[in-house]
Amino acid sequence: MKHIYALLLGVLFGGILVKAEVVSWFRIQEMFWFQSFHMYGIIGSAIAVGALSIWLMKRFGAKSLSGEFINPSPKPLHKKANLFGGIIFGLGWALTGACPGPLFALVGSGYGIMLVAILSAMLGVVAYGHLKDKLPH
Amino acid sequence: MSSQLISGPWPWYIAGPAIGLMVPLLLFVLNKSFGVSSSLKHLCAMCAISNARFFKYDWKKETWNLIFVFGIFLGAVLVAEYVPSDSLVGISDATAEKLSGMGITDFTGLMPEQLFSFSHVLSPATLICIVLGGFFVGFGTRYAGGCTSGHAIMGLSQFSLGSLVAVIGFFIGGLFVSWIVLPSILSLI
Repeated sequence: MKHIYALLLGVLFGGILVKAEVVSWFRIQEMFWFQSFHMYGIIGSAIAVGALSIWLMKRFGAKSLSGEFINPSPKPLHKKANLFGGIIFGLGWALTGACPGPLFALVGSGYGIMLVAILSAMLGVVAYGHLKDKLPH
Repeated sequence: MSSQLISGPWPWYIAGPAIGLMVPLLLFVLNKSFGVSSSLKHLCAMCAISNARFFKYDWKKETWNLIFVFGIFLGAVLVAEYVPSDSLVGISDATAEKLSGMGITDFTGLMPEQLFSFSHVLSPATLICIVLGGFFVGFGTRYAGGCTSGHAIMGLSQFSLGSLVAVIGFFIGGLFVSWIVLPSILSLI
């Protein structure tokens, strides 16, 4: 059942990404050139809704469907890794015009060529897996 | 107007809150933190393409994440199949003009055909954007510990300092490419 929910939530997210044009390379250049509020409005209001809902869930001790208290652990701080990794991802985001979610959505939108980008991204993950201990974190 | 609401791009004040709602939905339904990029790692672990210690973990426990990204793919398929969409993305005139000046002539679809199509797969500009760009997406998200979903939305929703640092990094890298590198890449078309 959980797998069906995961699938449905993914379908919902993928549909939103496409209809919001967040998956568009054109939109990503427009964002980095500061020529439209569209992407900033989306990211900003998504954070506002996310933050408000986490606060509410904690405030009222909400439980998940499986009965556990909802208390997501924050991501650990690794200043150098966050910054250097972030910069490298940023380069890729502007080149491909896609972050990981949109990569999968674009394949679904008929851009089979983005499978090459996904394979390349997997190679990037493998490279990180091998170099991890040598990189500053 | 009503057909434009369906076929046109959803405005930010609909799309943004809808994406933000993925956070409580995933927490409530699956008790999982919103994030996409770790799926790339789980795909590598599933395919056993590397024997590095980084991939020695039980990826089956993260099956939900792989199903979630399959859902993202499927959602896009369903939109392409059943929801009418404008042939042009609703970017500003300024962006279209700037891209025209750099050699982009075809604005139909979600991505420029001149860069993102199999017929141009061996051209240098395409290789840089897809192969190098894809590599950076995979390497960078794992190094930073998340992507736009995990850091920008889930992380900043929790006021995580690491996520703020990562998002600043996203913009340093992205601004550098869009402002400094992209004109040279497009001149290769």
